[in-house]
Amino acid sequence: MEKHIRTPLTDSAVRSLHAGDKVRITGVIYTARDAAHKKLCELLDAGESLPFDMRGQIVYYTGPTPAPPGRPIGSCGPTTSYRMDKYTPALLAAGLQGLIGKGRRGQTVIDALKARPGVYFSAEGGCGALLANYVKSCEVVAFPELGAEAVHRLEVEDFPVDVFCDWEGSVYSPYL
Amino acid sequence: MSVREIDAARLTEAVARLYVRACLRLPEYVEDRLRTFGNPYIIENFETNGDLPLCQDTGMAAVYLEVGQDAHITGDISAAVDEGVRRAVKEGYLRASIVADPLRRTNTGDNTPACLYTDIVPGDTVRVTVVPRGFGCENKARLAMLAPADGLEGVKAFVLDTARLAVPDACPPVLIGVGLGGNFDRAAYLSKKAVLRPEPNPDPFYAALETELYEQTKAFSIGVRILTAPTHIAGLPCAVSVGCHSLRSASEVL
Repeated sequence: MEKHIRTPLTDSAVRSLHAGDKVRITGVIYTARDAAHKKLCELLDAGESLPFDMRGQIVYYTGPTPAPPGRPIGSCGPTTSYRMDKYTPALLAAGLQGLIGKGRRGQTVIDALKARPGVYFSAEGGCGALLANYVKSCEVVAFPELGAEAVHRLEVEDFPVDVFCDWEGSVYSPYL
Repeated sequence: MSVREIDAARLTEAVARLYVRACLRLPEYVEDRLRTFGNPYIIENFETNGDLPLCQDTGMAAVYLEVGQDAHITGDISAAVDEGVRRAVKEGYLRASIVADPLRRTNTGDNTPACLYTDIVPGDTVRVTVVPRGFGCENKARLAMLAPADGLEGVKAFVLDTARLAVPDACPPVLIGVGLGGNFDRAAYLSKKAVLRPEPNPDPFYAALETELYEQTKAFSIGVRILTAPTHIAGLPCAVSVGCHSLRSASEVL
């Protein structure tokens, strides 16, 4: 059975999700991948404000292809998550509560999710054309100079994900 | 002995056409294997939205040219290939994913340059193959300079270990390409070629090994392919490339 959640997340919403759950997300999510994570953490280190309020938000690790005419976004599947591990604990400490990507996370991320509490979802890798159908709007909100790696604000409806790692530290993947 | 002239502009057009086509549509044999594997999201991904790239990582473009020794491409081949990539990215709404320098990391903005490989072959035609390689799976490739004493068992262990480490990060079901023998770089090159082979190894010994390794990985793979080359008395190079399920390539002959 699928669970439906709305953004922004709350502690109780996060605690209702368990590793292996199939979830549909509706609301606003933000994209960020390698280069944007580096910049966000540099802002945090410098004590400067972030380009969006992270509290309760979900970050989606994706770098979409350019939107062709008549579509809000191009192909937008998840990129591999472990590359963001170095930056993730700092962003969770800054208020971030949900992560969407694909593949394994390191123990430091699992521990940081337990502390927050937060949740790491996986979206189906390599299915960017299909996942684009669940995105209703897309605009760049930070670091436009990064191109596909800029931070985009997406409005999504029933975006399909699985809970890969929950707030209790349990991990599930059909391939593990 | 006559030489056939091929205008480099035709090479540009072919690369542009093939790159976009490869990003939008999988080869038929890949679709067939994915249908058999049965993940409904993946099947829906390639059955719908013919206008969007199957994966947002439209890759680093590997371009393979098999140049007939009696063909002459008039013009700058490398520039012609890069112009094809540039055109595909702009007209096909592909992603610019290439940084000009590995450490200073400024995006080139048009996904150039391509990784260009050329082989000289008999004949007077040029076969152009474009392979968009995403880095989710590229990052999972490994190479071991095994010792001859490691033998068949050493090869099996390294292939299976690499395959298991690759998922779920590298978008399963994957196709596992093994390059065995040659030298350090030859093994890597062969493993990449192996990933793209629809047909089994013609040598029954290696075809049986492909089947055996596939049986042990079929929970997350759609095949294992092995290519080999003669090697040195002191070595057993073994490279493993992982192809994600978006196993894209397109080819034509000029």
